[in-house]
Amino acid sequence: MTALPSSTGQKLGLVIDLDTCVGCQACATSCKEWNTGGYSAPLTDTDPYGADPDGAWLNRVHSYDVGEGATSRTVHFPRSCLHCETPACVTVCPTGASYKRASDGIVLVNPDTCIGCKLCSWACPYGAREYDYTDGIMKKCTLCVDRIYNEHLPPEDRVPACVRACPTGARHFGDLGDEDSDVSRLVRERGGYDLLPEMGYKPVNKYLPPRPRRDATTTACSAPGEAVAASNGSAIEKLFAFADKILSR
Amino acid sequence: MHPAYSVIIFTTMSGAGFGLLAWLAALALLGRIEATPALGIAGLGLAFALIVAGLVSSTAHLGRPERAWRAFSQWHTSWLSREGVLAVATFVPAGSLALCWTFTGARGAFFSAAAVLAIALAVASVYATGMIYQSLTTIRAWAHPLVAPIYVAVAAATGGTLTLFVLRTFGDVPYGVAEASILFSLLAAILKYAYWQGIDTEARTHTAGDATGLSRFGTVRVLDPPHTQANFVMREMGYTVARKHAKTLRVIALSLGFALPTVLTAVSLAAPTPGALLLAGLAVVSMAIGILTERWLFFAEAQHVVMLFYGAQRA
Repeated sequence: MTALPSSTGQKLGLVIDLDTCVGCQACATSCKEWNTGGYSAPLTDTDPYGADPDGAWLNRVHSYDVGEGATSRTVHFPRSCLHCETPACVTVCPTGASYKRASDGIVLVNPDTCIGCKLCSWACPYGAREYDYTDGIMKKCTLCVDRIYNEHLPPEDRVPACVRACPTGARHFGDLGDEDSDVSRLVRERGGYDLLPEMGYKPVNKYLPPRPRRDATTTACSAPGEAVAASNGSAIEKLFAFADKILSR
Repeated sequence: MHPAYSVIIFTTMSGAGFGLLAWLAALALLGRIEATPALGIAGLGLAFALIVAGLVSSTAHLGRPERAWRAFSQWHTSWLSREGVLAVATFVPAGSLALCWTFTGARGAFFSAAAVLAIALAVASVYATGMIYQSLTTIRAWAHPLVAPIYVAVAAATGGTLTLFVLRTFGDVPYGVAEASILFSLLAAILKYAYWQGIDTEARTHTAGDATGLSRFGTVRVLDPPHTQANFVMREMGYTVARKHAKTLRVIALSLGFALPTVLTAVSLAAPTPGALLLAGLAVVSMAIGILTERWLFFAEAQHVVMLFYGAQRA
């Protein structure tokens, strides 16, 4: 049903740290790898090794150059479904294939009832939905619903594939509806924010801003000289000082 | 937005069909035309053919057309679903009207009720079509409050022009019909002009800095795209072909869609019957080209907020 639940038991989602993301694409490729065999299977590629490769991906990593001149910075920016609290992609769906789960807030597409009208992709401000031209239906991030509750996996693997793959720990998974959860604390401490909050979709996923710069542009340039150890005047110290002097020539 | 040809054909044909249906039903209800079997078969038949052809065309846009019936289920939230339900529901009174009109010639309360319901549902169907677009806040040019009214006004204008053509093939056009058709054409043209003025002057409030939340650090520029080739999002939402010709295409849409048909209709009032039929036919052809251009432009001019992630600075 495309009517949104008035509230969800949990608000499962991701917190993405733009300070530590290095843009390695591991989250995007591991997402593709898991989901092409998971809930949304297949994630079709066409001409993958040819001149014009194309395919449905559920996670995309942009790289931006932000700011001016010497103080500009590179920010890697992973973008996937934000599992919004009031997602228009769900309410515009004419068939009920798009839905938001009342238990945990995950937004899913039922692959058996989607007619491939693409209206949900028009309604999403975040470009989170990608149409699979070969399969004829819409694909989107499932928050790895087939991993996070999967008792066949060891407990440490019961997180979204992108979170498991991230080598810098820039992706965090948890219940953002629970104020005491690790992800909620992280959002509070680091000033986590919503994308396009004025659109009113109330994204569950949060982004952590890059930390202030700590380099030559923000601190005075003072390369520390080699500290000379204080000598206590003993014979052995004099011997070391002599050796240091000889070796330094 | 990428112009989906099947959707452009759908909105143009079904809009004209619903317009024609409403015009014929209204004229019969008001007693301006005689409900003859021939007019019923030709006029209402043409209206039904246009509506059905449009609806069938719209399913060509679907990845899984065989599941199209599922689209009737979510009318409580989805304008696309509402459009489908209303379009199909229109056939109940419209079909009843056609049967009465063609076979019984009865002009009683049932005929009147069917005509009134058919008109109401036809208008509602076209309005719902417009609301599919107007309800999308992600596309500034579509979220404009004139979008759905323009769909209704254009359906009334195209329906009026078609009505004149159908009536001409059977003889004279009763007094007032051509004049009313011209009024609807002018109304649609004025609304469309006001709409273009509106979207051209409206402030673009969303920035790339808002989309990424990085404006606090300065201007956001694309350094590396996330993929080497255009993906679905860029092809569907980032269509820019011929946007630079928008001004020219707007002139074509206004002149062929509304101005020329209005002139042809006005001239046809003074022309003898065979000439008048030719002029009415030309008006239909001109309007069709103009409205198809207008619909194509409606897509091509629309910019989606998601393109902020792909280098657009404002949306």
